[in-house]
Amino acid sequence: MKPKVAVFDFASCEGCELQIMNLEEKVIDLIDIVDVVSFREAMKENSNDYDIAFIDGCIVRPLDEKRLKEIRNCANILVAMGSCACFTGINGLRKQFTDEDVKRTVYGNAIIENNPYFDVFQPKAIDEVVKVDHYIYGCPIDRNELAEVITSLVMGKKPDIPNYPVCVECKQKENICVFDYGNFCIGPVTRAGCGAICPTNNCGCEGCRGLVNDPDTESELEVLQRYGLSLDDALDRFEMFCYQKGVVK
Amino acid sequence: MSREVKINLEHVSRIEGHGNIVMNSKNGKIQSIKWQVPEAPRFFEKLLTGRDYQDISHIASRICGICSIAHSLASLKASENAMGVVISDQTILLRKLALHAENIQSHILHVGYLAAPDLFGVGSIFPLIKTNRNAVTDIIKLHRLANEMSELICGRTTHPITLKVGGFTKIPAEEGLISLEEKLNNSFDIFRDVSKTILANIDKLPNFERETEYIGLVSDKEYALYDGMIGSTDTGMHDIDEYLSITNEFVVPHSTAKYTEHMRESYMVGALARFNLNNSRIKQKGKEVAENFGLESPCFNPFMNNVAQLVEVAHCLEDSIYIINRLIDRGLHDERVQVEVSAGRGIGAVEAPRGILFHDYVIDEDGKCIKANCIIPTNQNHANIQKDMEAFAPTLLHKSRDEIEHNLEMLVRAYDPCISCSTH
Repeated sequence: MKPKVAVFDFASCEGCELQIMNLEEKVIDLIDIVDVVSFREAMKENSNDYDIAFIDGCIVRPLDEKRLKEIRNCANILVAMGSCACFTGINGLRKQFTDEDVKRTVYGNAIIENNPYFDVFQPKAIDEVVKVDHYIYGCPIDRNELAEVITSLVMGKKPDIPNYPVCVECKQKENICVFDYGNFCIGPVTRAGCGAICPTNNCGCEGCRGLVNDPDTESELEVLQRYGLSLDDALDRFEMFCYQKGVVK
Repeated sequence: MSREVKINLEHVSRIEGHGNIVMNSKNGKIQSIKWQVPEAPRFFEKLLTGRDYQDISHIASRICGICSIAHSLASLKASENAMGVVISDQTILLRKLALHAENIQSHILHVGYLAAPDLFGVGSIFPLIKTNRNAVTDIIKLHRLANEMSELICGRTTHPITLKVGGFTKIPAEEGLISLEEKLNNSFDIFRDVSKTILANIDKLPNFERETEYIGLVSDKEYALYDGMIGSTDTGMHDIDEYLSITNEFVVPHSTAKYTEHMRESYMVGALARFNLNNSRIKQKGKEVAENFGLESPCFNPFMNNVAQLVEVAHCLEDSIYIINRLIDRGLHDERVQVEVSAGRGIGAVEAPRGILFHDYVIDEDGKCIKANCIIPTNQNHANIQKDMEAFAPTLLHKSRDEIEHNLEMLVRAYDPCISCSTH
């Protein structure tokens, strides 16, 4: 029997879910090997009977936390899909402000107290609420990596997510180092798997896939110094997707 | 006849983001009807503050995974206006091409994947792979073409990489554009087949009309998408600087996305609004689609937004070819971008697939954003969805509960709402 798959989203742009549809013709092949039973963005039918749940987005409210726990109870395997789900991603930027401050900035003086829709806490990654079995990093995720993860799970294999830096993929592409253009890049410590897509487009890596395990921060600092770049600028870059996970701080 | 109908539809399907429909009726009278938006807020206006001008558009892009190019462009225009950065004609042409790519991608996604299942009486595109395989593969081909186009111009299909303040980090090679032009030329036959399939089933769209105000960019030069003034069917033309007095955002307790209003209780933005405001400037291929579907301006049927989107797909395919030819005739140049950081306030407006989008920033002398405001198309449609529901639901009460629910869901879907984007 084909494994039953469900897709859910929380605080996110839904761009990672869109990558499923962006698999284009491959979607047809994928639904030959899995049964999609819940995917609100794409289908009306839904079911609580599923084996694998893919989660897009991070958790910001008690009502979302409750829904996530219900999903975890139904799923045998739970996959955090995209950087918001894996480590709060861009939402992490909110951690520099208090909840009251962000609410006041956006909703002004509107009365939103005791209203569950607006009852936000600091953003939590999925694994801060429930157990996560697998992680697909990236903002957005790489759709081919997603297809590989799905295929691996169907075959009962552990998905192979790289634990080497973006520089490795960038070198394979024979790109000129973006530091030589006078830009900075956190490719030396960021987890690969994206095919070094930003440096390939002459844009420094912004660290959207998070850090490799045991990043070599010493050499990153050395590289910055070699190119006469400021640490503050680099810190800003680390913060964009990995707030409070900065390797230099 | 005593009959009570209760609808409590949590999370309308086949739309972007989370929205609920709650309706109660008794003895043929609506007692309450509410469009609710429980989407998790992300507070982007706050997230943007303190960020360097070079990063702002990459953060703003994450407001929406479906219209990330439009957000990037509105963001770049706001930053450029704030700092007085002038961009080249080549940059404008490439940006217009990027916006066309996103418009085609988003509209095909909506009409093909999200709305079409209603026309075929199924719950998703998946069963159609077996029953209508050719139609599905044609839809996928168009979707893939639009994504390839985004990738060529922006470096990636979702969350553009190459777009930056003042220009591009990398421009496409001429061969890439020539090959894209060939694919675009070949796409009209595929589009015609998709369009025929939709037309054959178009009678499934309800025949419901409610006149409202339509707002969108307008221009006397072209069908306004990248640039223009604010146009209203009620009040005419306005400067972009007047956007706050047009949108008038306010908070309602049942929605984390703000509502807006202008001359009436609500107004509509998006493909149908643009069609109503600008239809005379649509390119020939788009006009042919409008004619085939009997779409004429002004059209007050929100369900025809689906058709207006198809009209725009044909328009964007044709206009993309025109833009590519202009780029090739001029010759592509690797332009060096020089940005002088200076303090100021800037407003950027573009037409995102779902309607007019505003970004408004204050940038300080160090190039950091100190204040941001974003008004999203679907923000501007929420009140209109509510008002349409109030007018539409009473006409449905003779139907079964499930049919009422299905019709209300179709109404929401017709707007192609981008809800997480509207809450941002």
